[in-house]
Amino acid sequence: MSAEAGKFDPMHQFTVEPIAKLFAAGGNEVWLTTSAVWMGAAAIILWLFMLGGMKRQLVPGRWQMAVEGFTGFVSSMMATNIGPEGRKYTPYVFSLFMFILFCNILGMVPFALGGVHPLTVTSHFTITGVLAVLSFSIVLVVGFWRHGLHFFSLFVPHGTPWPMIPFIAPIEFVSFMVRPFSLGLRLFVAMTAGHVLMEVFANFIVQSSAAGVAIGLPVGLASMALMIGISALELLVAGIQAYVFALLTSLYINDAVNLH
Amino acid sequence: MPQINQLAENWYFASQLFWLALIFGAVFVVIGLGMYPKIEATVDARDRKVADDLAAAKAAHAAADHLEDQYRQQNDAARAAAQKAVQDAKDKAARDAEKRLAKIDAELGGKMAAAEADVAAARKSAMAEIESVAAEAAGDLVAKLSGVTVAATDAKAAVKAVLHG
Repeated sequence: MSAEAGKFDPMHQFTVEPIAKLFAAGGNEVWLTTSAVWMGAAAIILWLFMLGGMKRQLVPGRWQMAVEGFTGFVSSMMATNIGPEGRKYTPYVFSLFMFILFCNILGMVPFALGGVHPLTVTSHFTITGVLAVLSFSIVLVVGFWRHGLHFFSLFVPHGTPWPMIPFIAPIEFVSFMVRPFSLGLRLFVAMTAGHVLMEVFANFIVQSSAAGVAIGLPVGLASMALMIGISALELLVAGIQAYVFALLTSLYINDAVNLH
Repeated sequence: MPQINQLAENWYFASQLFWLALIFGAVFVVIGLGMYPKIEATVDARDRKVADDLAAAKAAHAAADHLEDQYRQQNDAARAAAQKAVQDAKDKAARDAEKRLAKIDAELGGKMAAAEADVAAARKSAMAEIESVAAEAAGDLVAKLSGVTVAATDAKAAVKAVLHG
C-alpha cells in the first residue's frame, strides 16, 4: 500500500487511522477511527439486512427467506449444542455471529468507502479478544450462577479414576482458561493471514507489470488466477470463522449450562 | 504489525473498546433482542400454522372417509330395502294370480260339471226317445209282417232287451 515510499508493506492495511478526536476519559483519548467507521457500516448493513426480514409474512419472500435462513441456522445450532435451554442465549450468539460475519465480509471490500481505506475490523485482536472475553465472561457468569461452586466439577470429567484427578484437573483447568485466547486469536490470525496473502499476491500482479513481457506476463497471469482462488477462499474463511466463533461460544455456554 | 504497534498509542485501545462496546451493544440490543425474537416468532408461528393445517386436513380427510362410509352404508340399506319391496310385490302378485286362477279353475270346473250333467240328461232322454220310437217301429214291422198286433208294452220290453243287451 505504501507505494509512495517505494517499498511494499502488506501489514499497512491493518493500520487503524484516527479520523477525529471525540473526548478523553481517564487519560485515554477516544477517537472516531476507520475501525469505528467499518464497524458502524457492518452494523448498519446488518440492520438493513435484518429489516428486510421483518415483513413477518406467512409465506416469506426471498429476502425474508434469507434472513430466516440465518436465524434458523443459529437457533438450530444452539438447539443441537445446548438443547431447549439454549434459546435464552441465542440472541447473543446470533448477534455475535452476524456481527463478525458482516465485519469479515465487509473487510473483503477492495475499495475505499467514502475515502476511508478498507480495514478488516476482525483482524484486530483488540476487537476479537474483547468479544472472546465477553463470551468467556458469559460462560463464567452462567456457570457460577446456575451451579455455584459445583461449576468446578467441569475440571473433573465424568468417570475419571480418582488417582488421576490431581493430574487431569490442572490440565482441564488450563484448557478451560486458554479458551478466550484461542477463541480471540483464531479469528484475528485467520483474518490477518488471509488479508496478508491477498495483499502479497495482488502486489505480485502490480509488480509483474513492470517486469517486462517475458517474465511479467506469466507471473502476472498466474498470480491473477491464484488471486481469484484466494479471494474465493477468503470469502469462505470469512463465513467459517464467524461460524467457528459462534459454534465455540455455544459449546462453551453448553458447558456452563449442562456441565458436560 | 500495526495491531501490536498501535497498542502503544494512547487513543488506540480506548477507541477500539469504546466503539466495539457501543456498536456491538447496539447490534445486540437492536438486532439480537429486538429483531431476532420477532423473526423467530414468525418462523415458529408458521411452523405451528403448518402443523395445525396439516392436522385439520387430516381430520377433514377422516371426516370425509366417515361420511363416505356412512353414505355407502345408507346406500346399501336403501338398496336392500328396495330389493325387499320388489320381492314382496312379486310374491304378492304371484299369490294373487294363484288365488284368481284357483277361483277361475273352480268356476270352470262347476261349469264343466253342469255341462256334463246336461249332456248326460240329454243322452238319457234321447235314449228314451229312441226306445219308444224303436218300439213303435218294431210293433209296426211285426204287424205288417205277421199281422199280429203287438201290445205297446211288449214291444217296448223287447226293444229294451235288444238295446241293452
